Amino acid sequence: MSHHRLEARDLSFSYPDGHEAIKNISFCIHHGESVGIIGANGAGKSTLLMLLTGLLFPGSGEVLVGDVRVTKKTLPMIRQRLGMVFQDPDDQLFMTTVYDDVAFGPRNYGLDEKEVGERVMKALDMVGIPHLKDRAPYKLSGGEKRAASIATVLSMQPDILIMDEPTAGLDPKSRRKVIELLKSFEHTKIIASHDLDMVLETCKRVMVIRDGQVAADGEALKLLTDAKLLDSCGLELPLSVQGCPVCSNHIG
Amino acid sequence: MLKSTQDIHRIDINNRETQGAALQPCPKNLNRDLILLMASAGDSFYNILHLDELARMDTSIHRVHPLAKLLVTVAFLVAVSSFGRYDISGLLTFFFYPVTIFVLSEIPAASILKRLLLISPLIVGMGILNPLFERQTFILGGVVLSTGWITFLSILIKGALTVTAALLLVATTGMDRLARALRMLGVPRIFVLQLLLTYRYISVLTEEVARMQRAYALRAPGQRGVHTRAWGSFAGQLILRSFDRAQRVWQAMRARGFTGDYNIGEDTRFKFRDFAYLSGWIFFFAVARIFDVPGFIGSIMTWLAKH
Amino acid sequence: MHMADALISPAVGGTMLAATAGVAAYSAKKITYDIDEKKIPLMGVMGAFVFAAQMINFSIPGTGSSGHIGGGMLLAILLGPYAGFLTMASVLLIQALFFGDGGLLAYGCNVFNLGFFTCFVAYQLIYKRIIRKGITSKKIFVASVISAVIGLQLGAFAVVLETLLSGKTELPFGTFVMLMQPVHLAIGIGEGLITAAVVSFVWKARPEILEKAAFGEAFGNISMGKVLAGLAIAALLVGGVLSWFASSYPDGLEWSIEKTAGTAELEQPGGIHETLSKIQDKTAFLPDYSFRESEGESGGEAEAVDTEESAWPAVSAGTSVSGIVGGLLTLALTVLTGLIIGGIKRRKRKAIA
Ligand SMILES: Nc1ncnc2c1ncn2[C@@H]1O[C@H](COP(=O)(O)OP(=O)(O)OP(=O)(O)O)[C@@H](O)[C@H]1O
Ligand SMILES: [Mg+2]
Repeated sequence: MSHHRLEARDLSFSYPDGHEAIKNISFCIHHGESVGIIGANGAGKSTLLMLLTGLLFPGSGEVLVGDVRVTKKTLPMIRQRLGMVFQDPDDQLFMTTVYDDVAFGPRNYGLDEKEVGERVMKALDMVGIPHLKDRAPYKLSGGEKRAASIATVLSMQPDILIMDEPTAGLDPKSRRKVIELLKSFEHTKIIASHDLDMVLETCKRVMVIRDGQVAADGEALKLLTDAKLLDSCGLELPLSVQGCPVCSNHIG
Repeated sequence: MLKSTQDIHRIDINNRETQGAALQPCPKNLNRDLILLMASAGDSFYNILHLDELARMDTSIHRVHPLAKLLVTVAFLVAVSSFGRYDISGLLTFFFYPVTIFVLSEIPAASILKRLLLISPLIVGMGILNPLFERQTFILGGVVLSTGWITFLSILIKGALTVTAALLLVATTGMDRLARALRMLGVPRIFVLQLLLTYRYISVLTEEVARMQRAYALRAPGQRGVHTRAWGSFAGQLILRSFDRAQRVWQAMRARGFTGDYNIGEDTRFKFRDFAYLSGWIFFFAVARIFDVPGFIGSIMTWLAKH
Repeated sequence: MHMADALISPAVGGTMLAATAGVAAYSAKKITYDIDEKKIPLMGVMGAFVFAAQMINFSIPGTGSSGHIGGGMLLAILLGPYAGFLTMASVLLIQALFFGDGGLLAYGCNVFNLGFFTCFVAYQLIYKRIIRKGITSKKIFVASVISAVIGLQLGAFAVVLETLLSGKTELPFGTFVMLMQPVHLAIGIGEGLITAAVVSFVWKARPEILEKAAFGEAFGNISMGKVLAGLAIAALLVGGVLSWFASSYPDGLEWSIEKTAGTAELEQPGGIHETLSKIQDKTAFLPDYSFRESEGESGGEAEAVDTEESAWPAVSAGTSVSGIVGGLLTLALTVLTGLIIGGIKRRKRKAIA
């Protein structure tokens, strides 16, 4: 299944204002893996995801999807295989109805309207909101918006799902729903987040980013219980690892 | 555990107290300002929300092809606006159209008619000047009046008819389906897509403005509107945010394969029903425009009364 | 300053719609070729920005009141003329549809008055000229105020012309102009000052935004020749539509009909009218109910008033009564039909339930 591999080789990127957001990052993600990307505000998570999806091009280094290098030419094909869900659903849902939004991707790939319809309904079913298809995005709750934005990507039937802060701003129940949803996907998943408990639940592997560099890359359970590492990267132990505040002394 | 929740409570109460204190200086003014601000900022947003809601209903009128409804509306507007300024009675037949649509589409009349009260001041302003400037007169029930009053009345009736027709069109069709009708008429894709995006982001940016105005009012109690010193930065901030927003939307579009050319989706075919709807109304408008129906009825009645 | 459907004639509305469509099609083409697709979401979001910005109450110093901006000039400055024009066009379309501001028939007039004059005349000929040799705060100030004022003056004057040509309201030209222009001078100065403040802020915070728009980097370089060509196309369209209207109305342009005679006779295009009046003659009991003016007048305003005055008292009370009776009956009939359809609908629903 080498064609589902996602590889970054010596990626570096600077914003036009000269700020070096990504410094020499390399990694390889294999088929079916679920990888959490964590790091403090401004560590470079969002920038990294945009480099992976070809929304930004690296100053040096390269991104490979399968054996294909991400370039301007290969973009249409690459984007079909990488589905990216953005941080703010209001950016992701830009059409007037949920249906049209979920149909946006498939329509751009020139599918006929019948197949578009099938894909849309399938995607909406997967995230459990087929009843919202004719709603306008601004009338959805935060959780519904999140589900809809995930559907907009699923309808493109990507091999790899990439998500930026999928649980930000959700109430506990909606957050739970999104977590269950993420767990149910068999796609290769890359999830950037500050919600370390969610990462712990949904990802087997974790990459810690600090100042545009990979500070650690390894098994989720191991890294997310390493208080020293997390602290040095501007993070804290996940609440579920911290345990009950009353008896936390015992863990020490 | 218990201790920490208590702590949270205490902090919360403290917060509320300090906030209360900060609000003390001129609570009355502040409240009024806030209410004014929110009302004005929310108005257009809620209006759109409301019409959009109505457009999602499912009635025989809602199901008519959007292009048929658009063309019927245009035909209606052309017919109504082609009446001269003294021709009131011919105009009256045209009330038949909005009344029928109201009833068939089950759109609550109040929601549309409320908008009529806010009809563009230009209509009323220009209308009301006519009685001053028209020097011809006519006699009604023994009173000599300027014909300007007839002009005024005809402008008001036309205003009511045309505004209602436009609002009924969106209320029974919705922006997304109207956009498809525009595409079918050959309006460039760029324009239609950009129109839809504008429509979509009105609510997002309006809420942003409402938040900014609230934050401003809280720190500038008693001011009416944004102070001269903040003119540039207030609206300017909003522009910068809009540019950033546009950048992110563009990325989201690109990530889903957008390359500048987008087909807007299903072109539902014109059914027989839609043709019937279109030709039926156009026939009616033509008849109502050419033959003076109320005049005819009136003549019959007065003739009957005499004989 | 929106032109309303109630104030225009189909000929004026149609002509302006055609002219607007011409300029819009040209602009859309320009954008498709010269501007990357990145500008589409930018135009969309900036259109929404105009709605949001119109909600901001700017306090007006020394008056104790507050006002808001129209935003046309701002769009032109931030997006350049083509994208600015299209964005203004979509803003006005949403206003016409959802707020009843303006109207669909008057849509062309409004896009022209508020979009064309600001984007292609005020921005292109004034703002850009002043800014051309480098941006400074002072230049932004001068350029914004002057171009906003001139743009609005042209727009206001266009409203006067469109209204008079439509003939739906009787205001003497001079009075109308004296009413519109000074009011819009004040509005224009306000708009210009706010625009200047906002543009200066954007220029200080993110100069690249303005530079892109002003120097046509991503927005396509605009030569005056091309704008003139655009105008020529628009003019051709206007002319074409005008002559089409002229030929489809045998009695001449529609507005001249209405100007000279408001009678039912002349309003109808020839053929149908003749048959109709024959039917009238035969049935005999159908008098001319409508208010009469003398026919076939083609003279100036003053002359018309004189002769009309002599014609007016001739209106008999009887005919106007029959008009009023007929009108009321028609309305009653309309309401009755509505009630009946509503009743049938309700019964059907009950039957289903
Ligand atoms: N458009 C931009 N221009 C210049 N610098 C930028 C831009 N976007 C981001 N940066 C900078 O790049 C760095 C990385 O930003 P990025 O958005 O990738 O961080 P992040 O890890 O996603 O943070 P967060 O958790 O807050 O979302 C930050 O220092 C940020 O200030
Ligand atoms: Mg981020």
